[in-house]
Amino acid sequence: MESKLIAAKSEPLWNTNNKVISIVCGLVILLFALPLFGLNSFYLHLFIMIFMHAVMAQSWNVIAGFSGQISLGHGAFFGIGAYATSFFYMQYGITPWISIFFGMFISAIFAVLIGIPMLRLSGHYFAIATLLIGISFQVVFQRWDLVGAASGLWVTMTPEDSWIALQFHSSKVPYYYVFLIFFLITFFVVWLLSRSKLGYKLRAVRDDPQAALSLCINVSNYKIIAYVISAMIMAPMGSLFAQYILIIDPDRVFNIEISIIVLLITVLGGIGNVWGPIIGASILIPISEYSRIYLGGTGGAVDLIFYGLILMIICIFRPNGLISFIPKDILERKKQR
Amino acid sequence: MKILSVENLSRSFGGIKANDNISFEVEQGSILGIIGPNGAGKSTLFDLITGYTKADKGKVKFFEKNIFGLSPDKISNLGVGRTFQKLKPFADQTLLENVMIGAFVKEQNIKKARDKALEIIDFVDLIEKRHHFAKELSTGQRKRLEMARAMAIEPKLLLMDEVTGGVDQKTIPGLVELIKKLKKTGVTIITIEHNINIIMEISDNVLALDQGKRIAFGPPKEIQKNKQVIDAYLGTFDAA
Repeated sequence: MESKLIAAKSEPLWNTNNKVISIVCGLVILLFALPLFGLNSFYLHLFIMIFMHAVMAQSWNVIAGFSGQISLGHGAFFGIGAYATSFFYMQYGITPWISIFFGMFISAIFAVLIGIPMLRLSGHYFAIATLLIGISFQVVFQRWDLVGAASGLWVTMTPEDSWIALQFHSSKVPYYYVFLIFFLITFFVVWLLSRSKLGYKLRAVRDDPQAALSLCINVSNYKIIAYVISAMIMAPMGSLFAQYILIIDPDRVFNIEISIIVLLITVLGGIGNVWGPIIGASILIPISEYSRIYLGGTGGAVDLIFYGLILMIICIFRPNGLISFIPKDILERKKQR
Repeated sequence: MKILSVENLSRSFGGIKANDNISFEVEQGSILGIIGPNGAGKSTLFDLITGYTKADKGKVKFFEKNIFGLSPDKISNLGVGRTFQKLKPFADQTLLENVMIGAFVKEQNIKKARDKALEIIDFVDLIEKRHHFAKELSTGQRKRLEMARAMAIEPKLLLMDEVTGGVDQKTIPGLVELIKKLKKTGVTIITIEHNINIIMEISDNVLALDQGKRIAFGPPKEIQKNKQVIDAYLGTFDAA
């Protein structure tokens, strides 16, 4: 018996699979090199949307997948991020590089304010409450003159490409790299989170809040922490999206569709898994963009039908998402028997 | 030294008095067994002591510190561990991860917490199952998981709700041995148990409840002879 304990203690804390590490490194290098092959602007746009939605889905994954709270109003934080950079740039000339942090900070404050009362609700009630909060943000911004009300904000364009103003008119390549770097940073941070004590405790809260309480875990506080982290991941994507399209309005950045698509991507890829949102975004976003091209204006509705079908198939056959197709021994939490 | 004293603890649900003026004390290092028929208020008493249910009135002192009205996480932080009658493992985590989450309370370093969790898992004889997900374990193994997880917070007082309930006869002796082994580590134990033979074997004192009331408290031998206890368990032939 004693020798088994010694053997168990000598196991590494984490299984490192060199094959996975080399595949991931190869993919990262490939992503950095892609624009050098002269991708046209459609493909650049496609990748930018994949990166952006993967991060947005990752944000949702932190609150829903790690701590088990289904939020249906996550678009609110996206909108806050979008408005923060645009507003501070237009009013005070503050560079988006700084106001991205304002957006994160404001989102974090709202996450605390919303989280303290709402996270006492559980399950469906929290989902419904966040849905209404998401919609109420849109309603407020539609009527708020300071931020352009329903017509939104038209970000003052710089005459030339500018890294300080984070505006590029001649090519999408700089946007590609900005989104790519945010994408990589986010995934690294969430990957670290999933391995940290906080990650363990959040999963405990998700799996059984009552049992978590018996292990000195203040369940409400940890839910709020997860909500704040999640909001702070979402906001920068709103900021970057605003810089990317340069015209934002409440219908676009506080759209309920944003809250829904992050859910779809995560569920498709694999909820509660760091890799899930990447896989989900890599599949759903091309479907959405291609259907829009080939089906024109009506494509918007057709991709929703696709989403619905995919979601049904996943829920019935692969409730753990597409990530569950990857053999268990490759995943990090494999069982060593 | 008294580790826990409970005074006049009461709680009603609607018109039903689930716990009605319950008082008792527990000596440090001892095992208190709680017995009573179904619905006697045993699990409610656990929930009141550990803060999961708010008591209507009464006093709960843990080492002279009043813990009445504190939240469950604060009470567990003081050193009160518990297991649940309806098992609550973190189903999608491995056994090792379950116990590590408990170990994080006292150990901040992940590697050290892992090693400590392994020692506890070894203590409950499940070392070979450490990488199994909790949902894959049998009921008996999950009972051990819950004990291990509760031990990981290094409790001074451990409340165990029906350790031998719902497991097959072959599994019971091992679990009883584990409780005895636990006692040797110095932890004080309160255990709810339906199996009278086990209670008599392991307990230093027994608290008998019936319909929310304390009907007897004392060493097992006295309880065995107590008329009220016998009536509660076997029923009376009182025609009225």
